[in-house]
Parts: sequence; structure tokens; C-alpha cells
Amino acid sequence: MELIVSNLSKRFGEKLILDRLSLSIESGEFISLVGSSGSGKSTILRLIAGLEHPSSGSISVDGTPVSGPGPDRGMVFQKYSLYPWLNAAANVAFGMRLQRMKPTEIRERTAYFLEVVGLSEAANKLPRELSGGMQQRVAIARALATNPSILLLDEPFGALDLQIRESMQDFLHKLWQRTGLTVLLITHDVEEALVLAQRVHVLAPNPGRIVRSLEVDLNKSDLDQLRLSSNFLALRRSLSRTMRELEPSLC
Amino acid sequence: MTVTAAPASQERCSGLFPLFTLGAMPSRAVRGRLQVASLLVPLLIWTAVASFGLVDEKFLPSPQTVFRSLASMAESGILFQDIVASTGRVFGGFLLATLLAVPIGICMGVYPAICALCEPLIAMLRYMPAAAFIPLLIIYLGIGEEPKIALIFLGTIYFNILMVMDAVKFVPKELIETTLTLGGRSRQVLVQVVARYSLPSIIDTLRINIATSWNLVVVAELVAAEVGLGKRIQLAQRFFRTDQIFAELIVLGLIGFAIDMGFRLLLRLSCKWAV
Repeated sequence: MELIVSNLSKRFGEKLILDRLSLSIESGEFISLVGSSGSGKSTILRLIAGLEHPSSGSISVDGTPVSGPGPDRGMVFQKYSLYPWLNAAANVAFGMRLQRMKPTEIRERTAYFLEVVGLSEAANKLPRELSGGMQQRVAIARALATNPSILLLDEPFGALDLQIRESMQDFLHKLWQRTGLTVLLITHDVEEALVLAQRVHVLAPNPGRIVRSLEVDLNKSDLDQLRLSSNFLALRRSLSRTMRELEPSLC
Repeated sequence: MTVTAAPASQERCSGLFPLFTLGAMPSRAVRGRLQVASLLVPLLIWTAVASFGLVDEKFLPSPQTVFRSLASMAESGILFQDIVASTGRVFGGFLLATLLAVPIGICMGVYPAICALCEPLIAMLRYMPAAAFIPLLIIYLGIGEEPKIALIFLGTIYFNILMVMDAVKFVPKELIETTLTLGGRSRQVLVQVVARYSLPSIIDTLRINIATSWNLVVVAELVAAEVGLGKRIQLAQRFFRTDQIFAELIVLGLIGFAIDMGFRLLLRLSCKWAV
């Protein structure tokens, strides 16, 4: 799998949202885009998902240009991510049903992915009976169940409490290590990007463009240790400074 | 009633005053008693007015007289016949209006182009009083069941369409887009997500709008009918049988109430996730 975005621009009416943005992701990589609001970071993800069309430039997955949404690019939104009338298992199965997989296969894969996200016990619960973190794990399981080549995450933990957010980051990190997924994570949280991604791109707003790219070469065997290590904190400070410099008139 | 109910809510508040605090929720028992009072108090006032002879019995028959005439109409089978005729018309017209309105409303809610195409016309048609169509309907369809069903259809379809459309606009965009990224095609999105998500609101819309068809069925029967609750009211007027008119009105109210409860039950059974 290789995702290539080249010279991607997007305008809404007169307003330029993204300005000639290029990036590429190899199979199994975990990439993060950080930016403040107005940096067009969600727009990039929506373009890759095929939910919007580029004004110019191109996006391709394994050499095939993206022309619309499809299950090869799984997406998880920040809110309203689950079908409220379906229990956790049926939510996970929904995409597979849409694609008319065999019922036995659907059942096996549903059980497997619920187990992967640690929610086998909650299979029969409705979304409203699940915590915010559990809901997002179900959404991730549902996106994975249709076997996508890349997982697109749009601030997936943005609506969660801080403590839960950290444990969800640990969860996502383990999931990535275990499954060898390719992940593109959008966030405004510098720490989240550094903890999870191998490479972080910083987006500047108005119009959205990449102003800094950073390889995160840190030991990630223990994320709690990592969050406190001096190397990590130095990187975090440096990234935060970059972000602040981009918004001189913020306060 | 409310005075006796006060002790039940004493843990939270004392006296009547806190019942009118914004956002306050009286206990289930208090609400139950208030609901009973809502029906019982008017009935008691009616009984008192009638038994003290404050109003001529010809104009306001006593509850006992009304229930006696209700019983005799039920015994003779007239009542049953009328109920079957009127509810049949209501359900016929309303079912047709629903079958058309739900898909049209969903499409208008989802596709702005279809909305732009249909909304001005529907907004105007909605303001044409359905009863004003009766002469035309009689010319086109005669005086059988067809014009009555058509009247109910015309009187409810536009409201149904617009309210379904509004309900559909509340489907979160993220849910539709998630479905597209899971490989859903347009039709799957419309049926399995949009319609399913709006189902509770659609049921509620139908519950509210079916009341209009009860208004219209009586209007239609006043114009031309052999049987029906509205027709019986008109006949009773001719013989100055106010007791029968009251009896029929109560039956109309009770059936309406039963239909309302039916829709609420349907909502509770089919959309457990939303109630």
C-alpha cells in the first residue's frame, strides 16, 4: 500500500483551504498531521476519504486515483460515529453487511475485531450504554472489519476526557503494533501526534500547507515513560513553538 | 388533586410553588395524579353544571344521559358501523399519504436539488385548505368513499412530507459519511441509515398529523355520507339530540387518544434506542 498526495489544493468558493500539499505514506506507517483550526487538516482527510473532490492535484492509493469514498480507506470521526440503533457487534458488522460478505464470515470477523479492541464483553450493548472511549473503539473495529489499506482518524479522541484520551492512545499504539496497520491521524494535540506517529507534519493555517515535517525517532516501548522523557519533552516544546509562531494573533 | 399530590414531592420541595420551577421534574406519582386530574376535573365540572341545572338540558345533557345514549347506540350496532366507516377512511387516506410522503420527504431532506424543486410547490399547496377541495373532489370522484379518502390524503400529505424532510435533516452528516466510507451505496445509505435514524421522528410526525385526518373525515362526512361518526353528528343535530352529539364527540376523542397511544407504543417497541 502506498498513499500519494501530490500538489493537492482545495478551494471552497473563493477561499483557498489547502495550498499545493504533498505527502506520501508507505504501508504500515503511522503518520500524523497536526494543525490548529483553520489549517484544513480535516479537509485533507475528507479528500483522501473521497468525501470531497480536490480543486487541483491528485490522490492515489496503490497507483489508483481516488474518485470517491470506499472501504479501502476506513474513516473514524470524532463524534456521532456509531449507529445508535445497533449494538456494538452489529455496528462492527455493518460495513461487512453493506458489502454482502458471507454471514459466517461476518460473524467470525465481528467477534475477532471486537476482541482486538477489547470489547467482546460489550457486544450486545447499544452505543448509548458505552462510554465515549468504548464507542470510539467500536468505530475503529468497524472501520478495520472491512479490511481497509489505510485507517483515517479525524481527531478520534478529541471529545474524550484527558485520562481516557491517554489510555486510548496506548490502545491505538498497541493496535498499530499488533496489526501492522497504515494510519493517518489528524489531531490538534502535539503530544498525541508525537506519542503515536512515526512522522509528524505540521500544518499552517490560511491556507493550509505543510510547514514542518519531523521524524519521531523515540523509544516507544513504554508510552508512560515516553511522555516524561526529556527527548520527548524537547520535541514537544519545539513543535508547540512552531505551532504558536503560526498563530501570532491567537490571543 | 394537586394539593394531595404535594406530599409525594416533599423531599425535593414543599408546597405547590416548586412545581413551576423551570427545569424541575416532579416525581412519577405526582405527574400521574396530575394526568388523572386533567380528565377528572372537567368531568366533575360538567356533572356539577348539569346536575344543578345551570344550563338547559337540551343544550348541555348530563354525563349520565350521554353515556345512556352511547350505550344504546353501541347496542344497536350503529356506533360500531360508524367507527368502522370513519376509521377506515382515516386509515385509507392517511396510509396513502404516508406511503408517498416518507420517500419524498427523505429525498427532499437528503438532496438539496430535489428540495429546491419541490419545496415551493408543496409550501403553497399546504396553505390551500383541504376542505376547499371538496367540491372538486365530488366533481372528479363522485360521492362514494373515494373523495373522502382523497380529502384526507390531500389534507395530510404535505404536512407529512415537510415534517419528514425536517426530521431527515437531523441525521448527523458523520453517520452518512461513515456509511459511504464503509462502502455503502446511495440506496443503502438512504434506507439503512437515513430512514432508520429518522424513524423515531417519522413515527412522531405521523402521530401528530393523523389528528388532522380525524378533523377532515368529519368534514367529509358532513358533506356526503351514509354512515360515519361525522354523519351521525349531523343527523343528531336534525333531531336536536345533543346527547348523541356529545356521545359521538367523546367517541371521536377516545379513538384519537387510542391512536395516539398506539403510535407511542409503536415508537417504544420499534425504536428502543431512542426512548
